[in-house]
Amino acid sequence: MFLGNPAHNMHSTDTAVEEDLCFKLKGSRVTMTILELYHYNYNTFTRQLAETVQAAPDFFQETPVLVSLDKCGDNNVDFIELGELCREHGLVPVAIRGGNDTQMISANVAGLPRLPAAANPTALDVPDTSVKTVVQRVEVPVPAVNKIITTPIRSGQQVYAANADLIVLAPVSPGAEILADGNIHVYGPLRGRALAGVGGNTAARIFCQSQEAELLSIAGIYTVSEDLRNQHYQQPAQACLDGNQIVISPLVSGK
Amino acid sequence: MTEIIVVTSGKGGVGKTTTSAAVGTGLALKGHKTVIIDFDVGLRNLDLIMNCERRVVFDFVNVIKGESTLKQALIKDKRVENLYILPASQTRDKDALTVEGVQNILDELKTEFDYIVCDSPAGIEKGAIIAMYFADRAIVVTNPEISSVRDSDRILGILHSKTLRAEQGREPVQENLLLTRYDPERVEKGEMLSVQDVEEILAIPLLGVIPESKAVLRASNQGIPIIHDAESDAGQAYEDAVRRFLGENVEHRFLSAVKKGFFSRMFGGRQ
Repeated sequence: MFLGNPAHNMHSTDTAVEEDLCFKLKGSRVTMTILELYHYNYNTFTRQLAETVQAAPDFFQETPVLVSLDKCGDNNVDFIELGELCREHGLVPVAIRGGNDTQMISANVAGLPRLPAAANPTALDVPDTSVKTVVQRVEVPVPAVNKIITTPIRSGQQVYAANADLIVLAPVSPGAEILADGNIHVYGPLRGRALAGVGGNTAARIFCQSQEAELLSIAGIYTVSEDLRNQHYQQPAQACLDGNQIVISPLVSGK
Repeated sequence: MTEIIVVTSGKGGVGKTTTSAAVGTGLALKGHKTVIIDFDVGLRNLDLIMNCERRVVFDFVNVIKGESTLKQALIKDKRVENLYILPASQTRDKDALTVEGVQNILDELKTEFDYIVCDSPAGIEKGAIIAMYFADRAIVVTNPEISSVRDSDRILGILHSKTLRAEQGREPVQENLLLTRYDPERVEKGEMLSVQDVEEILAIPLLGVIPESKAVLRASNQGIPIIHDAESDAGQAYEDAVRRFLGENVEHRFLSAVKKGFFSRMFGGRQ
């Protein structure tokens, strides 16, 4: 099991806290890896990705990447499949850049927003004379991409949404484990273990349609089935942190 | 198109081999050319249930190792036309199975047979994984008790991630639930999980419910697949399951307890 570190705390010294504001939007630039796609083919992509990652396994651990289509032409790309392959290898696609409208729709379906094409498109026509490499570093803002699971999560399976929410539109079986750095939503019965805020986010919550969990954990603080049996058992419920304790309450208040 | 069917469960002793023999025989009786392969290398049982143990010369592992041809190893069933058995080796262990070896045999069988039934060993180790690897359809055999259901759930997860279809991103293996050793009386007393309980946890289509029956043990000991015993409720339930497997719409039977009449109570007459 992988419990987050409760030592991380979300208290900020910002003045916003005193004014009782929930958040503030700020512009920011982060360094990010670009996956420059030339064309997409399941087999060759899988092979090249495996080779690239094998060369530097430590480098690719939940690494956010931007998929650039500037050199991809009008080739069709299955972004859902591409996303799954990337995540299997420790890359987390967060957005696409450039591309045509068909590609944009396909990317949107996969939950990837589109950023404008590279600033200097004229450079694209110049043949690339530098050493051939797929990975280059640029700076772009990072939007969060949530993970959506539509098939049952079975005993022995583990699903983790890195830096994101996890949404499950199916049952989670006893003996299964689901984890997210953000919130967890389960729309089938939740019968396994659910761990939200594993990166230490104490504001994360777990929402479920039928609370039958073996264990619920938020930011490393957990409660087990024995205690969960008499708290909104088999009812729509949510779990959140109150200080150092998990509180289970009805999903819809005021009922 | 040949269909490869794996009969699997995770847990042992739930009725995989009984089911493989019954379903394989049932398909052959309906005129489909069928072969049943025993993947339980080292603990072979299928030949006993099919009553062909005295005719085993070569086995599955011999064919994989090239020590015999497939034709030499296949045993023709004496009762049913169109039915063949490929027995497991009793002397080797499951390491003798290789993905390439199994693939070659399946490819050769595909040219002749309509259905290939793979009788999986228990567990989630190599033997069970190879048995399901090439499957198009799976019959998940489950008993109405919590540990069996948990193991079946685990197997369903593996079917979803470790089969060839999953690896190639093709349409997933078609999964069906077969609930065996079902005793409606004990369900009513709350001693056993009900069909609904099991369906709710596993969430896959129900192929059939086989009632607990003394006829099953008797049939096993005699080496006659239970589906031949049309008198018994278990035999009829397997017949129904085979028809559903082939796409027929057959209503489920044997789900509720039979009210015992005076005579059967006096003389204890349950088959």
